[in-house]
Amino acid sequence: MGLGATRGVALVGMTGAPVDVEAFVTPGLPAFVVTGLPDTSLGQSRDRVRAALAGIGCSLPSKRVTVNLSPASLPKQGAGFDLAVAVAVLAAEGVLAREVVRGWTHLGELGLDGRLRPVRGVLPAVVAAVRAGSPRVVVPHENAAEAELVPGAEVRSASCLAAVVRGHGGEVDPACDPEEDVRTRAPAPVEPPPRLDLADVVGQVEARRAVEVAAAGGHHLLLLGPPGAGKTMLAARLPGLLPDLGDEEAVEVTAVHSVAGTFDAAGGLLRRPPFEDPHHTATTPSVVGGGSGVVRPGAASRAHRGVLFLDEAPEFRKDVLEALRQPLEHGSLVIARAGGAARYPARFQLVMAANPCPCGRASGRGEACSCAPLERRRYLSRLSGPLLDRVDLQVEVTAPSRAALAVGAEGETTAVVAARVRAARAAQQERLAGEGARCNGEAPGSLLRGRLRLPPVVVGDLDAALDRGRLTVRGYDRVLRTAWTLADLDGADAPDRDHVGAALLLRLRGRAA
Amino acid sequence: MRTTDAVGRYGEQVAVAHLEAAGMRVVARNWRCTSPVRGEIDVVARDGDALVAVEVKTRRCGPAGAPGAGHPFEAVTPAKAARVRRLLVAFAEATGERAAALRVDAVAVLRPPTGPARVEHLNGVA
Repeated sequence: MGLGATRGVALVGMTGAPVDVEAFVTPGLPAFVVTGLPDTSLGQSRDRVRAALAGIGCSLPSKRVTVNLSPASLPKQGAGFDLAVAVAVLAAEGVLAREVVRGWTHLGELGLDGRLRPVRGVLPAVVAAVRAGSPRVVVPHENAAEAELVPGAEVRSASCLAAVVRGHGGEVDPACDPEEDVRTRAPAPVEPPPRLDLADVVGQVEARRAVEVAAAGGHHLLLLGPPGAGKTMLAARLPGLLPDLGDEEAVEVTAVHSVAGTFDAAGGLLRRPPFEDPHHTATTPSVVGGGSGVVRPGAASRAHRGVLFLDEAPEFRKDVLEALRQPLEHGSLVIARAGGAARYPARFQLVMAANPCPCGRASGRGEACSCAPLERRRYLSRLSGPLLDRVDLQVEVTAPSRAALAVGAEGETTAVVAARVRAARAAQQERLAGEGARCNGEAPGSLLRGRLRLPPVVVGDLDAALDRGRLTVRGYDRVLRTAWTLADLDGADAPDRDHVGAALLLRLRGRAA
Repeated sequence: MRTTDAVGRYGEQVAVAHLEAAGMRVVARNWRCTSPVRGEIDVVARDGDALVAVEVKTRRCGPAGAPGAGHPFEAVTPAKAARVRRLLVAFAEATGERAAALRVDAVAVLRPPTGPARVEHLNGVA
C-alpha cells in the first residue's frame, strides 16, 4: 500500500500547530480526496497539486488518493499546505524515500507550473516546527530569509517543486523546471521612509516635552489643539525617539507582521518600533483584527511594541475606540470566531490627536470657536472616560506664534532627545528588572504603592487631587508613573515634589487642582 | 464516431477474454434498458455467487504508452458507476437472474499502436 507522510504547520493566530500530512494511494476509481477540515483554498490545493505533479512528469496515479491532515479536528486554512500535500503524494507513490520526507516540514503554495509561491506567517510556523522537534523545514525561496531568523531551524529553500524533489534525493528531468519569472525575481526596492526629525517642529516647547516623556516612559499620549498646530507632526516623530527593540521583542513584532503579510524579510528582524496610523473611518476588525475564517491581526497588533496613532481620535467610531480598552489593559487581543479564538499581542503605545471641538478653534480661551457649548462638550466626550482615564499624558498644543516662526527651528534634534530617552529607559530597566515591566508606563500599581512608595511630602498634591475627585485611583497610579519618568529624564534617583506636580499638570491638561 | 465505436467494440472483446480467463462466466453483452433506468451494461458476468456488471473503457495510447485522452478509469465517475449499479438491479429483475451479491467492476483496456493491449481490472467500484 502506498502511504507517505510529511509535515505542515497550521496557524491559529500567532501560534502554529504541527500537522501531519498523510497521503494514501489505493487501487480504485481515480479520485483525490482531502480530509481533515480544510477550508476552500486548502481544498482546492488538490487541483494545484495535480497540475504541479504533472508538470514535473509525475502525474497523479490513476488510483484513489486520500490526503489526510492530522489532527483532523483542527480547522486548517490557506494554500500553505500545497507543498506538503504534493510531497506526501510523491512519497506514497515511491518517487521520494518515505523516511527522508517524514523528517521534514514543508511550507509553500504551488503554482500550476510547479513554481513555489511565498506564504504568510512563515516565521511563527517555523518557530512551531522547531518547538515540535522537527527543525528541518523546506520553504519557498522568498521566505528563506524569514525562516532563517528562527534559531535552531535547518532551512532549505526552493523555487519550484522539482527543486524540492531533487533536494530529497528524487530525480526530475531539468526540462520540467518552470521558467524563471521576472515578476518574482526582481522585488521592487523598498524606499526607506523619510527621516522625520524633531527639529522640524516649530516652537511647541511643552508638547515637545510631552512627546519626550511619552517616549521615555512608554506612556499613552493625547495631543489636543487647533488644526495646523502640529499635532500630527509631533506624533509622527515619536517612533524616532524610541529605542531599538530587544531580541525577544523583535521576534514578537516580526511574527505579527509576518502573519499580517506586511513584512519584508530582506531587512531581517524588525528592529524599529512599528508605527501604525489607521484612518478615522477604520472599522473595528481592521483595528483590532478579524476576518472570516482565519483571523488576521489588525492595526493595534501591528503596532505591538510600537506606536498606534489615532489622528482626529473623536472622529473614530465609538466601538473602535471602546475595543481598544482590552489591549490597553492586557497587552493582547483575543478575537473569537466560529473557527476558533486567536490571540495576538497588542502592547502598543497609544497616541491620540484631537481638535478641542468640531470647528477646532476652542483651544486657549476659545474666543474664535463657533461651536455651540453642547456640541463642544459632546465632541470630546466621544473619547469616553474609561479610555481617557488610561492616557497618562494629556497636552494642549497651541498654534505656534509668529515670534516662534520667526526664530525658526531652534529645537533639539531627534538624535539629542533620543539619547536622553535611552538613558531614562536604561534607568527604568534597572529599577523594574524582575517586575515584568519594561518601562514606567507598564509598571504595576502595586509596585508603585509598595516598594517604590514615595514619602507623603512628595505626593501631597496628588493626595489632595484624589480627595477632591479630580483623579481616579487609576489616574493616581498613572501620575506616579509619569513622575518616575520625569525623574529618570532628569537623572534623579526618585521623583521629588516638582516631578509629581509636573506629572499632574501633564495628566490634567494644565488645569491642576 | 465510427472510429471510437470500433475501438470500443475491440476493447469489449479484449475485456471479455480477460474476464473469462479470470474464471468469470459472461451472461450478457451490451444489455440495454430504457425503464426504470436508461442505459447499457457493457458486460454482465457471473463470478461465483456474484452477479457482476462490468463497465469497459478503452483508450488508444501514444507511442510512449500514455493514453492521450486520460486514463480510462478517469472516465468512470461515481455517478456513472452508480448508474451501472441501478442498471444491474434492473437486469436481475428483467431476466430473473438470481445472485448472492451484486457487484460493479471496471475494466480498462489500453491499446498501444503495436503489440498486445494492456488490461486493468478494478473489483467492486460501486
